Parts: sequence; C-alpha cells; structure tokens
Amino acid sequence: MTVHEPSLPEEWELVVGLEVHVELATKTKLFCGCENKFSHIPNTLTCPTCVGLPGSLPVMNEKAVEFAMRLGRALGCDIHPSVMARKNYFYPDMAKDFQTTQYDQPTNADGQLALADGTVVGIERAHIEEDAGKTTHVGGGGRINDATYSLVDYNRAGVPLVEIVSRPDIRTVEHAKAYVSELRDILLAIEVSDAKMEEGSMRVDANVSVRPTGSDELRTRCELKNINSVRSLGRAIEYEARRHVDLYTSGEAPRQETRHWDEEGGRSTAGRSKEDADDYRYFQEPDLVPLAPTAAQIAEIDASMPVLPAARRARLGERSSVADEVIVTVVERGQDGLALGAIEAGADADKVLTRIQNDLAVDDWSAVTSESLAMLIQMETGGELTATQAKQVLGEMAAGEHGGDPKAIAAAHGFEAMESDELETLVDQLIVDHPDEWSRFVGGDDGDSKKMQGFFTGQIMKATQGQADGRAVAQLLGQKSAG
Amino acid sequence: MSALDLASAVRSGERSAVDVIDEHLARIDARDGEINAFNLVTADAAREAAAAIDAAVASGKDPGPLAGVPIAIKDNMCTTGVATTCSSKILEGWEPPYDATVVQRVVAAGAVMVGKTNLDEFAMGSSTENSAFGPTKNPLDTTRVPGGSSGGSAAAVAADFAPLSLGSDTGGSIRQPAAFCGLVGMKPTYGAVSRSGLIAFGSSLDQIGPFSKTVAESAALLEAIGGHDPLDSTSIDQPAFDLTSVLDRGVEGMRIGILRELSGGEGGVEGLSADVIARTNEAAAALEKAGATVVEVSVPSATLGLSAYYLVAPAEASSNLSRFDGVRYGLRVDASTTGEMMTATRTAGFGPEVKRRIMLGTYALSAGYYDAFYGKALKVRTMMLQEFASVYAEVDLLLTPTAPTTAFPLGDRTADPMTMYVNDVCTIPSNLVGHPAISVPFGVGDDGLPVGVQLLGPALSEPTIYQAAAALEAAAPGEGSLS
Repeated sequence: MTVHEPSLPEEWELVVGLEVHVELATKTKLFCGCENKFSHIPNTLTCPTCVGLPGSLPVMNEKAVEFAMRLGRALGCDIHPSVMARKNYFYPDMAKDFQTTQYDQPTNADGQLALADGTVVGIERAHIEEDAGKTTHVGGGGRINDATYSLVDYNRAGVPLVEIVSRPDIRTVEHAKAYVSELRDILLAIEVSDAKMEEGSMRVDANVSVRPTGSDELRTRCELKNINSVRSLGRAIEYEARRHVDLYTSGEAPRQETRHWDEEGGRSTAGRSKEDADDYRYFQEPDLVPLAPTAAQIAEIDASMPVLPAARRARLGERSSVADEVIVTVVERGQDGLALGAIEAGADADKVLTRIQNDLAVDDWSAVTSESLAMLIQMETGGELTATQAKQVLGEMAAGEHGGDPKAIAAAHGFEAMESDELETLVDQLIVDHPDEWSRFVGGDDGDSKKMQGFFTGQIMKATQGQADGRAVAQLLGQKSAG
Repeated sequence: MSALDLASAVRSGERSAVDVIDEHLARIDARDGEINAFNLVTADAAREAAAAIDAAVASGKDPGPLAGVPIAIKDNMCTTGVATTCSSKILEGWEPPYDATVVQRVVAAGAVMVGKTNLDEFAMGSSTENSAFGPTKNPLDTTRVPGGSSGGSAAAVAADFAPLSLGSDTGGSIRQPAAFCGLVGMKPTYGAVSRSGLIAFGSSLDQIGPFSKTVAESAALLEAIGGHDPLDSTSIDQPAFDLTSVLDRGVEGMRIGILRELSGGEGGVEGLSADVIARTNEAAAALEKAGATVVEVSVPSATLGLSAYYLVAPAEASSNLSRFDGVRYGLRVDASTTGEMMTATRTAGFGPEVKRRIMLGTYALSAGYYDAFYGKALKVRTMMLQEFASVYAEVDLLLTPTAPTTAFPLGDRTADPMTMYVNDVCTIPSNLVGHPAISVPFGVGDDGLPVGVQLLGPALSEPTIYQAAAALEAAAPGEGSLS
C-alpha cells in the first residue's frame, strides 16, 4: 500500500531518510576514563585523550560497544566484525582534528524499525562514533568565520554516540515523527540512552527529497540540521518538501546541500553546499584494534534483550479493546508491565488501561503493584468505589499512603459506595425540597433538563461528600422522572 | 663504564648516583655545544632524581636494575612538566601534563633522565638535519650526520653523554642512526613497547626502542620498557621479555637467511655501497663460524617497501599532525578568523619536510586516489607479511645491512628528498610488517666510519634476535680507526 504525504500535491511523493545520533549512557567516555555526564563548568570533564594532547591514545570503552550492539540487535541489525576509522577535518571543537568513527565496516548493518501502524523502515547501519566538543562563537555574526572570538568546551568531546541511518523509506511526515518516537521508546526500553531530543542526547537530521508519485528514482536531497523536537522535525520536513516541489514546478531544481532549520522563522536556510564539502580522507584508525564480537557475546545480548515496545503494545492490544493511543501511552510510560499484571490478576483490562492512562501520569508510581491495582479496579467494578473515589485512591496508592493498600486508603476516607436504597431516600428528599427544579428537569426543554440534572447531581454529591456513584445517580433520576 | 656496571655500582653503594650524573652532565657541558644532541638538558631534575636514588640505596632499598643510569630521551616522548618539542616550532612552550609509559618505566627501573634529544622534526628524516633547533653532529666525525630521525639519542650515547637512550623507529629511525654512530639500536615488535605518550608520526609503524653501546645493555633497557600497557590498544598482551638471560646461548643450530633483495643481491634494491655489502657478508660468515647455518633467501616484495612506506607513513602523519592547529597548545599565530589562524599557525610552525609529508599523505588519502595509493600500499603490506611468513618457515632470522652507506656528510642530501629517503630502504620492511629488527656494529667502511648490520626476525622473536646479536657482537672486528 502506498501512503501519500497529505501536505504535498498528489503528483509528488515525499522521500525521507533519517540520521539519528544517540548519546550512549555509559559511565565514561568512548576512549578515556572521563565521566560521561553533563557539566555546566566548561572543560572539567577532560583528560589528555579527549582533548587530543600529543602522545595520547584512545582505548575503546567496551560497555559502549556492548550498548551499540544491543541497539543494533533491537533494530534487527546483523552485527559484523568492524573497525574504527578516522574522518579528517579541521574544526576547533574536534580535538584531534579528526573524528574517530566507523566508515566502511560499521558494527551494525541491515536492520529495520516497525512503526506502530505496521510500516517498516529499513535501517542501513548503526555505527559507533565519538562526539565533538561544543564551540560558542562570540561577537560578529556569531558564526565561525565572523566571530570576534570562539570558546570551546571539550566536556562533550569523546562522548560515545551511535548514529542510526535509515534507508530513504519514509513517505509521510507522520511516519518520520513516528519513527523517531518509536526509536526513542526502543532506546529507553533497552536502557542504552536517555534519548532526550531537547537536551541533545538524541539528535535528528533529515534527508529530504521529493519525486513524481509512482516513480522510484531518488532525486537530489537536502540534509536538514538543527531539529530539536519531534514537532520541529515534522515542520521542517513539510517545509523542505514543499520547497522542493515549488522549485521543480517552477522549472528549477534543489541543490544537494546541508540546510539549517530555523524553528522560529519556520524555514530552512542554505548551509554548506555538498560540492565544496570536505574530503574526509577516511582511513582505518591505526590506534585501535578491530572489534570482533564473538557469537557468544551476540547470543548473550540477544538473551538479555527485553521485550521491545512493539511487542509490548501487541501484548496489551490482544487483551483489551481500548484505543491505540491509550496503549501507546501506557507502553511509553513503561507502565505496561503493571497493567499486564493487573489484567492477569483478574481486573478488567480496559478499565486497568484507562485508569492508568488517566490517573497514573506521575514520575514515581513504584508503590503501585499489579496486585494492588487489580484490587482497586475490582473494588471499582464491584461498586465498592465510585470512579471519583477510585481516582483519588490510586493517587494515594502511588504516593505510598497506607502501604499502597487500596482497601486501607478507602477505609481511611470512609469511602463505601452508598447502598442504593440510601441513595433513593436522598433523591426523594431532594425532589420534595426542590419541586420547581424537579418539574423543570421532568418537563423542561433539553437544555433546561440537562441543567437541572446537573443541579440534582451536584446536590447529591454535596450531601454525600462525593461518595455517590455518578452513574447510579443519573439512573435513579431517570427512573424517578419516568415513573 | 657500561650502564649495567654503573647500575650495579650504584646499587651496591660503591658509587653515588649523583656522582655518576655529574660526570655525565660535565661531558654534556663540555661537548654538546658542538654536537647538539640535546634540545634540553634537565640537569637539576637529574641531580634530584639521582640524590633520591642514593637515599634509597642508603636506606636499604633497591632502586631497580638501571639504578642511577643516565638516560637520554628522544624529544617526541612526553615528560611531565618538561618541554616536549618534536624539534618543531609548532610545539613551542608546550609542557605535557603526563609521562610517556616508557618514561615511567625507565624511571621505575632507576634510570635518571638527563635530557631530551634532538630529532628530525616529528621524526621525519634520516639525518637529524630537519630539526627546528639545528642539526645534530655525529660525535665520531662532526662533519657527518648522526643519522635520523633519532640522531640526538644516538649521538648522546656515542658521545658518552649517557650510556642509554630511547629513540623511536617508524622506518629505521633507531637502527640507521645506531649504524651511523657505531651503536646497537633495536626496533621491537610492533606492540611490544607502549606508544602511550609517544607523539605519533605513523601510528601503525612507530615503535620505541633502545640505543646503547652493547647488546647486553640494549637487552636490559628493552626488558625495562617492554610489556603490556592498557593505555595503548595496540600493545600486545604479554609480560616483558626475558632477554638478558639468553645472551650467552650462541647461534649453534640457528638458521639465518641473507635477505637477497636487501643485501646487494640481484633484482634487489640498488645503491648499497660495496663496503657495506662486504661487512654484511663477513657478518654472515662470522655467524656461520659460530655455528649457524646461513642460506640465501628471497622476499621479493621487500623492494616495494620504500614506495609503500612513503604512502602509509605520510598518510597517517597527515592525520596525526592535524591536531597542531593553534587552538589548544603550542604555537598560535593570530589571524582574523579561526580558519586563517590555523593556516597561519601551521604555515609558521612546520618545517619544509613536515609540510611535504603532510601534502603527500593528504593526497594519498584523497577521494579518488585512495585505491591507487594508500589502498595499494596496504596490499603491499599484506603481501610482505605473507612472504616474510613463508621465509620464516625456513629460517629463524634474516641478515641485511642496516643502511646503504656509512654516515654521510652534513648537507650532502638535503637538496633532494629522494636521496635521503633511500637511506631507509633496508629498515622499512620491518616497520611495514611490525617485526623486530636490531642493528649491530660490524666493522667499518672504507671511510673508517662504522657499518651496522641488521638482524630481522618474526613477531616477538626478540629473544632469538638478541641471542644472535650477542654472537655477532662477539665476532665483530675491533673498532679500528674509531678509537
């Protein structure tokens, strides 16, 4: 099935490939013992190796290689014997004036990523490389060639990265965004990165081109940089694709170049053209030995692989009938294990999932167990708690009140769903006390009747301090008015 | 007095280390103005270190096998707080914050550094004339070069400024100056000695090794500096060699091949002088007389070594030397933009030979030329490895001259780089395949200057090489006109 990007004219098809840089959450940097963390004080997380002092040598961080291979396997890649290479170019924040990366022999190749809607995006490679430092250009136009001076912070230099390069398989903006979301979920699930786009631990560049719908050619692409959020990614691709279509329709053609996404201005501006790009003079890094993972190592990685988000969503989907978004949210928050446990303990699946989605959007829910959640939902479905009460009890369970025991929390509040005859007595009394309102409820037009239903419900809730079950009240009012 | 005699005298308390140092410093004072072996003499630090050794001896501690032995360190090895220049203006004012592993190890063995020795800038050269601080002269004949690039380290030992020194050998830079100065010079197996703290020239070729007057001293120094170092990923994971205990085993039953292509044989390299070939043949006869079997063998690809080397070494150097950009350390020539600052700094900081090799290497790695140049050179290395492997199935060691001629006059070869490059034709193959090789003095040439012959062996054959080198030393003719 072909999908078409709705923002483009039907005769043009969007072609997108994404390059995602992910910072690996290792304790130390890729080639030295410096801590891999953020520091506000420049050049405090550095040593001779990551500042590229003469005579310093890199030593490979084995944990980083393991993390990279785990990511590769999560993306269905083959793991190959690989070598590090030098990518040579001059830039002040590149301490050695070359980046140690992988070139023709990457660790991970030929994988795929399945989006939530089933679309499969091919992964060309996921290779290991080091990050550069950070340059701040001060004065002038704020760029390297017109600044008064530049400051370099090497704290980030040598931080381990994996660059995940997709094939140009993405055809819509929504799929591009879904790809990034899915990748982030996988990274979190396998615990190799905190994957925060806003903080730069996950950075997305988009290669965008368009072609006549139905053709399979690959036209000149532009690489969009400086995309800082998923939303921004969508806007940037849409803008760029539109720009290409406009150029082609006016008889021109885009140039292959790197473009800078200006989020505020909502447009991309030309960067360096690929024709005057550096010749990186790649060659094998002689200071490092080839990486040759054994079959046993790969088997160990596979064996320790957690269930990935796609499978986790499927697992909940099979057991419930809630909307996809509910499941996506629950899995994204990592609460699917909790939900699954509660469902298996006998609680109603749809109620478990919606209750989690609506009322457990908190950072720390570790006090809630599958058992206690199942008990809560059963109390609710059994009529022991109203929906409002259940919401409140869950909040207190998460806060760890009364050891997270829903029964104890409910008892402490004196929550017990009212007996129905008790409720009926209350309603009868209200009808007597408010005859005008009652006749407007029974005989008024729709709007007025609705208003009066609100009035009576409010009175009942007030009288019962919220303990009455809203649905039971509505039912009772209906019966009384019909009777 | 040899380094070993000095060490035992100091360890027994018979001589004070301070006296030993003072005696050598006095010789340096008297003659280094003429020789220019040192870029820097660290007299005060040496006296302090010697006093500490004397104190250790006095308190009954053993300061190590090289206790109190003065040692000169080539000025491309990092020394904490002591200027390390590579004989280049570009490192002006830079003091490393760390010691090279070899420096730590010689100090741990009790040796005392007396200074940093002159070299061809960044170890690029064969005469020590490419130094920003002026040429070093051959102490045996001051109108001659000492060889290079480790000419300062060779001259320091030849002039009795120190009984031991360390050099680095990328294409012959220890062995050729050893031959020119009548010394023993050893290039160990690639990975046998840590490169951590050695300022890189050609990372896949560089090895640090010892200079001394005798084979026994050479063995003792290599024992001290060898062995695995976790800071160097290419360091071989095995303990230091035991060499001193094998020196008296002789060559009875050993099979030694005269390598035809590098020893004046037909179809081999040209330009070897007749006296050098004669001494090599006499060395072969001496080994045979001592009980070895000598046969002629062939490694056809050895003739391609020079061409392959002048692609690989400059290619790696072009990348290794990128970091000297004026941003972090050393010379900075200010200019209006960062890029112009880098260009101005490198233009002013590097000498002509370094610039030539950076250009050669940059070209060899360029897109479109890689396969024809660098890629082809890698194929030659593979071919040489295979051919050497099959020769070592037949013989234990190989014998060749070390250099085509004896020490040539200063200024003789500076006009045409090719006449300089061919100096390394016999030594380069060992670097390309990572094998060990030693140069041992064997008689003199027609001009009365020393001739060195070279013993080559397969990887990690150091014990066998030293065994044969000791036999060769014992059989060598007297020093003749040298004394």
